[in-house]
Amino acid sequence: MEIVLVGLNHRSAPVEVREKVSFTNDQARQAAEELRARGILHETLVLSTCNRSEVYGVPPETTRESAAALSNYLSSFHSVQLDLLGPSLYHHYDRHAVRHLFRVASGLDSMMLGEAEILGQVREAYRIAYEQGATGPVLNRLFQGALEVGKRVRSETELGTRPMSVASAGVKLAERIFGKLQERAALVLGAGMISEQVVSQLRDRNIARLLVMNRSLERADHLARQFAGKVIAWDDWESALTLPDVIVSSVSAEEPVLMRAHLEKAMAARGNRPLFVMDLGVPRNIDPAAASLYNFYLYNIDDLTQIVQQNRTSREGEVPRAELIVDEHVSKFLTWQTSVELIGVVESLRRKLKTDRAEFVRERAERVNGLTAEQREQVEALIDDLLEKMLLDPARRLQGEKDLRRKIQQVEAIRELFLPDRGH
Amino acid sequence: MNHLFFLLTLAAYAGSFAAYIGYLVAGHDWSGRLGSLLLASGLVAHYFALLERARGLHTVPYHDLSGSMSLFGWLLALTYLSLELFHRQRSVGAFVLPFVLAFFLFAQLSPPDRLAAAPATGVAFAFHVTLSILAYAAFGLSCVLSVIYLAEQRLLHEHRVGDVVWRLPSLDLLDRMSQSSVLVGLISIAIGTALGFVWVDRLTGNVWHYDPKYVVTLLVLVAYVFYLRLARNPGWRGARASQLCIFNFAIVIFSFTVVNLFFSRAHRYF
Repeated sequence: MEIVLVGLNHRSAPVEVREKVSFTNDQARQAAEELRARGILHETLVLSTCNRSEVYGVPPETTRESAAALSNYLSSFHSVQLDLLGPSLYHHYDRHAVRHLFRVASGLDSMMLGEAEILGQVREAYRIAYEQGATGPVLNRLFQGALEVGKRVRSETELGTRPMSVASAGVKLAERIFGKLQERAALVLGAGMISEQVVSQLRDRNIARLLVMNRSLERADHLARQFAGKVIAWDDWESALTLPDVIVSSVSAEEPVLMRAHLEKAMAARGNRPLFVMDLGVPRNIDPAAASLYNFYLYNIDDLTQIVQQNRTSREGEVPRAELIVDEHVSKFLTWQTSVELIGVVESLRRKLKTDRAEFVRERAERVNGLTAEQREQVEALIDDLLEKMLLDPARRLQGEKDLRRKIQQVEAIRELFLPDRGH
Repeated sequence: MNHLFFLLTLAAYAGSFAAYIGYLVAGHDWSGRLGSLLLASGLVAHYFALLERARGLHTVPYHDLSGSMSLFGWLLALTYLSLELFHRQRSVGAFVLPFVLAFFLFAQLSPPDRLAAAPATGVAFAFHVTLSILAYAAFGLSCVLSVIYLAEQRLLHEHRVGDVVWRLPSLDLLDRMSQSSVLVGLISIAIGTALGFVWVDRLTGNVWHYDPKYVVTLLVLVAYVFYLRLARNPGWRGARASQLCIFNFAIVIFSFTVVNLFFSRAHRYF
């Protein structure tokens, strides 16, 4: 019941290698099917994101052989030479594989520390493999544990709470001012890449209305359709400044597009309703003097970047707490795994003893004269009872063993001493 | 027994304060929940402390300064906890508990009562005083919320967005919490004042018995109705409304201290 993991991520492989080894959902299903059909793995799950591709499995043979077979399979599946792929691959077994997965689900192994997306990706990969029947009791338990630890790390630490990008920092600041954004409106001025990221996040938060304004009507229209927004003509400043609660500006202009005097009139026209402006333009699009207007909140790209840097430091401070939670869940999983293994070992031992007993009685019964069939059955039953008693007490003590390391050692010892053929 | 309830209340409120601080500074969810639980426990113990005092004095426990301070602290804690549960927001607890603790401790340390016990005139009087003090507590809470609003708004304006700011309620929520608190205060003061007239009528046979307290109470009522009206206006909502709320609470403090001390006859506690 061992676990093997073979994969690569943003740390072990450059993007040129990662993109060759990524799996679509259909490819993940196909790989899971083939790995089981070829007997490389009993249980399989493929986790593939833009920053990692990993195969988790429960192998039938010794783990080291399965890891090599998995590497070869990945190479042939994606038609990438093993010489090129090999140095980027990492192999983890058992406790290390469990720990790796739990850290991945918690966002501790992500490029952006504590990012939330990975938990959803792990959930989706598990759902696909589960529905396909590619997982079994071990991977089911493992991935349920991963989802649990990912959720727990995010709720008990602040690893995932602080914004880690300019776009998310801007949106979180909007929430600081307005609370939930479901009844708010946003205006996008211009169409920079970061603006699109901000708008995407605003949409994720179900912002009620999205208005788009761009010198190029075609570009504005494209953005509006992409995010289910409405286009406002470039010179319709009255609507542009009266309607929204949030403005995201990234216009390419040498001079500010909106001066303080203009904004002062606009604020008066909108009854001084709070307005949050993200000025993502370089040079700045909004006159900095407007920041002193009542209920007017102005953040430029440097301000937002500074917030992100502060948050990065803050998140790093949360890592030790998160690692403790991961360690706790790794122990929990290994305890379960060892208990299940113990049951399996005891069962195997019971069967072996029964077989040995049958052979023992058969050989010796011939030497005892006058032993009737009934008496022979009674002797067999007595020996069975004795063996059961000899087996039961140690098994119970072992099941109750609290020290995990001792327990694992004792299970291994029983396996090595009494079941040498059963292997790992 | 009173001593026991005092210690239990003090321990619960102090523990709650520490837990809320832990929640605000370190962001531990369990710390916030513990703060709420300890506050609820403190409310129970404090209630029994008030009850014991009433039994000992054979009268309502708030006819004097000590009793009214203690009741104020209790009602402030109760109003806050209700608001916390309604709005599902714990981070303000760290700012409210110091006042609860201060009023509770002040009540214990204030000099013994030199005045004769107030005539025990039943339910009308009891509700008049309780609702009036509840109103003051609710207005006090809205003042604290307004101060937090102004502080957070300033930090956001100045781009000083640190750990604590991320954990505070949004400005919009602070505004709504403040309005909720004022609404509780207005309803309480309106009903409490009406019951005061009922009690005066029963006591003297004359419903109209001039006291400067009436004028100031009316002023408080009008000031907070004005605040609620303005706070609904998008242009006034926010910093201006918060400033008005703080100013209004200054009138409440004036009513409770200067007016009671120097101008009112029936409302003099000390």
